Amino acid sequence: MQASQNIIEITYLVATALFILSLKWMSSPSTARHGVWAGELGMVLAIAGTLLNHGIVDYKWIAIALVLGTIIGVPLGMVQMTAVPQRTALSHAFGALCVTLVGTSEFYLRGTDVSRFTMSVLCMEVILGSLTFTGSLMAAGKLQEVLPQRPITYKGQNVVNLGVLAIAVGLAAYVVIHPGHTHVFPFIVGIPLLFGVLMIIPIGGADMPTVISLLNSYAGLSAAAMGFVLDSKLLIVAGALDGASGFILSLNMSKAMNRSFSNVLFGAFGQEQAAGAAAQETRNVRSASAEEAAAILSAANKVVIVPGYGLAVAQAQHKVRELYDALTKRGVDVKFGIHPVAGRMPGHMNVLLAEADIPYDKLLDLDEINGDFPQTDVALVIGANDVTNPAARTDPGSPIYGMPILDVDKARTVMVIKRGMSPGFAGIDNPLYYLDQTLMLFGDAKSFVGDIVRELGSAGHN
Amino acid sequence: MKLDLMTDLYVFMLAAFIGFEVIRRVSPLLHTPLMSLTNALDAIAVVGAILLVGAHKSTLSTVLGTIAIVAATSNVVGGFLITDRMLKMFKSSRAKKP
Repeated sequence: MQASQNIIEITYLVATALFILSLKWMSSPSTARHGVWAGELGMVLAIAGTLLNHGIVDYKWIAIALVLGTIIGVPLGMVQMTAVPQRTALSHAFGALCVTLVGTSEFYLRGTDVSRFTMSVLCMEVILGSLTFTGSLMAAGKLQEVLPQRPITYKGQNVVNLGVLAIAVGLAAYVVIHPGHTHVFPFIVGIPLLFGVLMIIPIGGADMPTVISLLNSYAGLSAAAMGFVLDSKLLIVAGALDGASGFILSLNMSKAMNRSFSNVLFGAFGQEQAAGAAAQETRNVRSASAEEAAAILSAANKVVIVPGYGLAVAQAQHKVRELYDALTKRGVDVKFGIHPVAGRMPGHMNVLLAEADIPYDKLLDLDEINGDFPQTDVALVIGANDVTNPAARTDPGSPIYGMPILDVDKARTVMVIKRGMSPGFAGIDNPLYYLDQTLMLFGDAKSFVGDIVRELGSAGHN
Repeated sequence: MKLDLMTDLYVFMLAAFIGFEVIRRVSPLLHTPLMSLTNALDAIAVVGAILLVGAHKSTLSTVLGTIAIVAATSNVVGGFLITDRMLKMFKSSRAKKP
């Protein structure tokens, strides 16, 4: 009896070490796949160890659930790369659901026989878990465009939201002090479910990278809380790692937008939109055809392509790969400048471009690429807007003033592929489009890039 | 009891520090796979759900626990699968390793 318990504990210990190694190997693309294998091995060990536990008297439902989970998990692992943000949000929801359900069961099984500390942690577990569950479902819905993407704001929204959360926390404190009052518990689970929905309503598409990271962090913390309740160090470590990861990513994202957490969560952007859009005036822009764009690109030595969410929407990544090939063949040095908040989740653009077989050493981060723009002949902006807006550097009155941007305006020529002159998600006019060295290429990203590639091809045969 | 609690808090604190240090070193290139990987690892919560269902203490705990295992298992399977699919796509333009 004692011996097998020790074996189980050792599998957990090994799994914990493998989980840490798994994240360590993620530091570089060359070792990252080892990280996945280490994680898988750790997971298999931990689950196998758990199944040995003598406390398990009935395996039937466990087996059914494991099979069912696998059947659901496989299609979720096979989604298209453009659908990764909503898939990720959905998996945060599933993780949080698991934690909330286990927490709820534990509450009713243990009754009043728990310490105050355990009860507080248990309440924290279910509050974080259930708000992450509905919040992530809402985020997934917005990303999948089942729900409207634009932020919905109303007066007093923050007061309402915080009030709702405060009620849940207050009830939790009440149960901790008076453990007998189990009838309050359904509200401790239910009210955060409502808060999760309310929390995401004011969030727009451009804020999704921060919000997904934050939900990731909550999911991790709720799992760590579950680890405290169950006294499982493996779970505490895994939850802490996930929580730390989500927290670092959200810090990165909000730093990349020059906004505080509270600013993202409490949606100040919504109100500032009007002021930004009102400043718009009619100014001249220069546009160019695919033929002209191809001529300029083929005469260049250094080209930096700046992709944004518009590239993902247009599914233009494979055409961009063809452009990359055509230019590289002519001896043009092509690199990609990727802003941390380009796309709908951290690293989204890198995955899409890697999918199109663009080598990862050509994908450069904001800090790595910005020094290159003054020596760049052509900066080609595809489906990105706010992250290239020079007003962030120059205009203290702009809502995005202070946000770190890609300095494409320092390149000799700037070309912007865009459907029309409409402002970006934040509703802010972009002075970049009116600069003397800027050429607007109006059209769908995918077909316009395709046209440029064709022009480059036909010019090559002359 | 009190001792266990303190040990758990130490474990949490140390793991959080390790998490910060290790994850800070992850290249921004890989932030999307990082998130799907940590998500899969986080689904280790499945062990708690397995113990809950296995103990079969009440109908409520068995029903909720079974749903919990389904949710967590789908994260484990889907999370590892998509992370590996993404990482397979990252190739360097420099000489391929043998």
